[in-house]
Amino acid sequence: MLEISNLYKTFNAGTINEVNALQDVSLSIEDGCFVCVLGTNGSGKSTLLNAVAGNFLTDAGTIILNGRNITRWPEHKRACQIGRVFQNPFSGTAPGMSIGENLALAAKRGGKRGLGWGLPASLVRDLRYRVKVLNMGLEERLDTPIGKLSGGQRQALTLLMASWLRPDLLLLDEHTAALDPKTASNVIELTEQIVTEGKLTTLMVTHSMQQAVNLGDRVIMMHQGKIRYDFRGEEKKRLKVPDLLYLFDELRRKDQIDTGVAELLVANYV
Amino acid sequence: MTLLIGSITIGLILALLALGSFISFRIFDFPDITAEGSFTFGAAITASLIVAGINPVVATVLAFAGGLLAGSATGLIHTRFKINPLLSGILVMTALYSVNLHVMGKSNVPLLSQNTLFTWFEKFSNIISGENAVVNLIGWSVPAKDLWTLFFCLLIIVAFSLLLLWFFRTNIGTAMRATGDNDQMIRALGVNTKGMIIFGVALSNGFIALSGSMLAQFQGFADVQMGIGMMVWGLASVIIGEALISENRLGLLIAGAVIGAVLFRLLVAIALRWGMNPNDLKLITAAFVFLALVLPGFMKQTKKIKLIR
Repeated sequence: MLEISNLYKTFNAGTINEVNALQDVSLSIEDGCFVCVLGTNGSGKSTLLNAVAGNFLTDAGTIILNGRNITRWPEHKRACQIGRVFQNPFSGTAPGMSIGENLALAAKRGGKRGLGWGLPASLVRDLRYRVKVLNMGLEERLDTPIGKLSGGQRQALTLLMASWLRPDLLLLDEHTAALDPKTASNVIELTEQIVTEGKLTTLMVTHSMQQAVNLGDRVIMMHQGKIRYDFRGEEKKRLKVPDLLYLFDELRRKDQIDTGVAELLVANYV
Repeated sequence: MTLLIGSITIGLILALLALGSFISFRIFDFPDITAEGSFTFGAAITASLIVAGINPVVATVLAFAGGLLAGSATGLIHTRFKINPLLSGILVMTALYSVNLHVMGKSNVPLLSQNTLFTWFEKFSNIISGENAVVNLIGWSVPAKDLWTLFFCLLIIVAFSLLLLWFFRTNIGTAMRATGDNDQMIRALGVNTKGMIIFGVALSNGFIALSGSMLAQFQGFADVQMGIGMMVWGLASVIIGEALISENRLGLLIAGAVIGAVLFRLLVAIALRWGMNPNDLKLITAAFVFLALVLPGFMKQTKKIKLIR
């Protein structure tokens, strides 16, 4: 279970470029829950994900995962509990190394890495078996450098790697945004399959309202560093794309009113 | 012929330097100029210890340890204090110059009448082949001790190459290669990339110090200046190896670095034999590495232009 309370993060504090990326964000996710995070550009949705993953330390607040307070843990230490897939298909795999070696690295996620053989024959058999599930014919090409594969293939492999050892939490950061529509839908299908089969607790950032409506059991909408809407249960099931569009419009309108009011104040008092 | 065998022997000794450069430059893309200091550091440690009467094997092993230490310093400065790789290396290299002078006590330590690994090789030769034995090698008569020395150097370098290849295939070695290839990815898989970089740069400098240690024993002295230009020398070897192999397989790349080091040493020996001014050596080495770095990109460009026309 993931328990985020009163999280704050400000980038470039004290400069003109100051961004309050997270402002008092609290969120609790039960085990096995699949949460989609929606938001406008700069809403803080990716920042939230990266804060949980440990890309940076937050300014205030706590993050508790499965009873362990990971707020001050470095990124690599959190990795024993967290599996990740990135927006950029090139971020999740080592291009110069073979498919087999990449998967073998993932098979040891968060574990001790000693002087044992990195790619033993027993593991290779296991790799073949599990890569076959992807249905891409990659099981016969375990020696191929991953850099030779397409973005979609790499993203599918990254998904497989992130979930190789069952993570307490799976973080997906707009992992289909850089793919063409056909490939994206394949990767989404695979995501659903992996998450459902493993009953994984998942936090997925997405820009696609369609994905948010179709997938998962909870939708969170972020705006300007805060969680504005949170739909779950029956409410989430009834949610449709036009509803979300309407909410986004409303958020934008509120912004406009805010700036309008500010102008009014300036006109009257300055 | 004696000259040829001597050149190959030095080439094999410098192949350890090439392996060190391979680790920092190719595995991590870390232009590590610490090499210039740690090469001398290895030589200085070994020479001083041997003069003090320590067993040459112990002195050589301690040179390796010294290299590890120097590399860790560079790695630490780079990762903990976020100083760029080149500057971190320059800092440690500069500091090592003083350290080396302290270790040696003077700028040059001769080893001529001392027991070194190479006097052992000679003794071995005297026992096996007889004193001052001469071997007929395709028409040339060659001192047997030179051949035995070459053989032992070959043995050492093959052993270290295999060791390195094995290491890079272990769990921790695979993680090290992944750190150089995509650090974001391997951090997400739970590897402390900072620690990995420190370890890698340390290992690289261990190999380089070992190379310096063996060269000092072979040539019979350690000199505080002997590390100058060694980083580029290592790069030249690695680049020649890659040009020869032109395949991206780990075992072949390691073999390539070794062969590159020997070939480069031979090229230099031939050039010197043909009357090249030894003072120009570093200039030509630098120019060579520059061309090797620039030519592939340049050739791609001209190909493109031709296609457009």
